[in-house]
Amino acid sequence: MQIDCDIHPGVPDTAALFPYMPAHWRDTSVMRGIDDLQSANYPDTTPLTVRPDWRPARGRPGTDAATVAAQCLDPFGSDIGILNPLFGVQTLYGDDLAAAYASALNGWTRGEFLDRDSRFRASIIVSLENIEMAVAEIDRCAVDPSFVQVMLLAGTSRPLGRRQYWPIYEACVRHGLSLAIHAGQEFRNAPTALGWPSYYLEDYTANAQAFQYQLTSLFCEGVFEKFPTLTFIMLESGWTWVPALLWRIAKYWGGLRFEVPWTNRSPEEIVRDQLRFSLTPVDGPADGDQLRRVLDHLGSDRVLLFSTDYPHNQFDGADPFPDVFDPALRQIISSDAPLAAYPRLGGAP
Amino acid sequence: MTRHIVAAVADFPPGTRRTVTINDRAVVVFNVDGAYYGLFDRCPHNGGSLAQGVLTGLLQASEPGAYSYTREGEIIRCPWHGWEFDIRTGQSFCRAVRAKARPFAVKVEPGSDIVEGPYKAETIEVRVEDSYVVIDA
Repeated sequence: MQIDCDIHPGVPDTAALFPYMPAHWRDTSVMRGIDDLQSANYPDTTPLTVRPDWRPARGRPGTDAATVAAQCLDPFGSDIGILNPLFGVQTLYGDDLAAAYASALNGWTRGEFLDRDSRFRASIIVSLENIEMAVAEIDRCAVDPSFVQVMLLAGTSRPLGRRQYWPIYEACVRHGLSLAIHAGQEFRNAPTALGWPSYYLEDYTANAQAFQYQLTSLFCEGVFEKFPTLTFIMLESGWTWVPALLWRIAKYWGGLRFEVPWTNRSPEEIVRDQLRFSLTPVDGPADGDQLRRVLDHLGSDRVLLFSTDYPHNQFDGADPFPDVFDPALRQIISSDAPLAAYPRLGGAP
Repeated sequence: MTRHIVAAVADFPPGTRRTVTINDRAVVVFNVDGAYYGLFDRCPHNGGSLAQGVLTGLLQASEPGAYSYTREGEIIRCPWHGWEFDIRTGQSFCRAVRAKARPFAVKVEPGSDIVEGPYKAETIEVRVEDSYVVIDA
């Protein structure tokens, strides 16, 4: 049993969503010239966006179920693949427009992938423009058990610990869904804490900042205490920064506990209990012994989840594991940890 | 064991604190509504002076935003890094704190019982009816 927790199906263009969109929004899209929502998070031509052997002669990779299964499930021996579409519906402004596109994207994922290959599972994508509408979309999609999580982007307009977002977490708990946070931005704020950078390399690197702040916010605002059964999964986040962040929070938490008196578990305990990270990208030291020490610092062998990050170019060949990962650990990361992280995978083949 | 005088009860009103040196170590004693609590004047975290800290209450929350503020005046907050300790037990309230402030036994004895020690003459003679706060160490 192996579960790939981070696969990105490619939406060819806006027109591909039209069959899953009310007529009014189809017409609006044409009238407004909204022909694509490829965000600056993953520009088509950037080498990171598509691994060379997965880049088609023309168009985007992974736009249909058969291709994704052939390139991403079969070669890796994965039994289940979780689809996390990155079509930039989160960048849209306007409650109705954003909700219509998020809903159409979920319809597309279901119609083009979930209904065509039983090995696929997927994220419910929501816009945070309107929380009530996001919850309604979760309620609508959750009827289909193939949706196993709700996915947000790391770069949100406000920190995800804030109570305005809690109805989303309540909906996740209600339906047995996990809550994923994936690399990327809504572009409501600059991608870095210091403003707008010059280069894509800066943008992509700065994702780690966003994840770190989301983790800090979720901890300080008491989200983990309020929703103790909800698993948060950070996707394409990297994970070598995690131990250092936990040390830093813990160091100052001791003296500032009175600000956040609802925090009863240490940051390390929170991560062990409720936070998970996708395996790729492995942004760690090349030296195996040093990487092993980073794994030790994570404090648990249950926090990493197998992922290819298809079609992003994070590794070569058919094995994303660094050599230092022994068979027992690979088994946990490939199967045991994902099954525990996703209630909706319970009893999966 | 030697009996050390902290202060006369009359000179040590509720809500105040006194520092004394016992066996070359600084000790801070608090009067909370007539009850006395002593701590070594050294934060177990990094050595800050607890005597210089702010006395506060115990802030808890059953969930985010549901504040409960109790035991006002019984929690000492170290001035260096803000770590909080129960002055009754020395116990901290944050699980990041594995150290424990060392409590020091303090009790009140009748002044007439002070028959030995450096302050005997002046205290007993003048205010024989008063009590003193003492520390055995």
